[in-house]
Amino acid sequence: MTFDAVVNLLRQRFGAERITTSQFRDNQRIHIPADKLHGIMECLHRVAGFDLLTELSAADYLHYPDARDRYGVWYVLDNTQSGERIVVKTWVNDPEPTLASVYHLWNGADWMEREVYDMYGIVFEGHPDLRRILLPDEFSAYPLRKDYPMRGKGERHNFPAITRAQS
Amino acid sequence: MTKLDQLANWCRKNSLWPMPFATACCGIELMATGASRHDIARFGAEAMRFTPRQCDLMIIAGRIVMKMVPVMQRIWLQMPEPKWCISMGACASSGGVFDTYAVVQGMDRFIPVDIYVPGCPPRPEQLIQAVIDLQEKIQQTGTLKGREFEQRQTLEGPVALPLTALRPADLIVAPGNYLTATRQNSH
Repeated sequence: MTFDAVVNLLRQRFGAERITTSQFRDNQRIHIPADKLHGIMECLHRVAGFDLLTELSAADYLHYPDARDRYGVWYVLDNTQSGERIVVKTWVNDPEPTLASVYHLWNGADWMEREVYDMYGIVFEGHPDLRRILLPDEFSAYPLRKDYPMRGKGERHNFPAITRAQS
Repeated sequence: MTKLDQLANWCRKNSLWPMPFATACCGIELMATGASRHDIARFGAEAMRFTPRQCDLMIIAGRIVMKMVPVMQRIWLQMPEPKWCISMGACASSGGVFDTYAVVQGMDRFIPVDIYVPGCPPRPEQLIQAVIDLQEKIQQTGTLKGREFEQRQTLEGPVALPLTALRPADLIVAPGNYLTATRQNSH
């Protein structure tokens, strides 16, 4: 199924005005509303045949020129039969950015959603085990948010020191 | 210092057993130091063991992130006395270029360090010089029962800056303008 056919399929099913596209070189993107994410992903998986979730990541667009929403989340999908690839991008906002989990469609989303949650605090509803993956459990912030200080909030030095006499 | 202390120091300094705590590229130089070309065996420190229970010299080679600090401290505590520590390279000594939320700005904030080796990464000759300096330190200060360690009660490394000591511009680094990547100075 070509990119145009995928876009037409989604527009028929989910409304033409809410599905937009953009392109950067050979990177063809479909922009979808966050509340339709679950249905659209299921359609892409079951009908359009995109059976591999290659990438799931996010970015914080705080202070970004011409950005209307805070967090962009994108899904790179592959059709392993035809070799086609599309990028699906959606947007979420503060407070409590929330998206539907795609774990039940592609189990590979497990760790990727956990990493996005770890770094940006975006909650994926329906994920079976949504907890931090890279940072320690007691870490209280989301460090890749742009309003998080680059040098942290003192987490890196919040440990007891061992002196010579103690060791 | 007694004659027996001196004898013990002479034995210890010529038979250091390093524990290679290599977390980054400094570890490659550490391997080169142990290999035939630079040959740390000439100074009696070739017996690298990957268990802390058999070692008496911890060589921290590389950056330490906050998740690694408890591991590093536990390994240091597992080493039997007498023991020494070399902080190898800019990252282990001061955090190096990695001034981010996760990287510790010098592992001497959390465990005691005897010798610092500058460099990014240091050449094997520098590490060998550190071993020679440490040997001299052991010969001059060591005691049979480790009394010199008991005297050092206070933390030797620097302490962390309070957050209020950092300027707001140091805390927030989101660029004000993405097109020119200039920093936004006031929030």
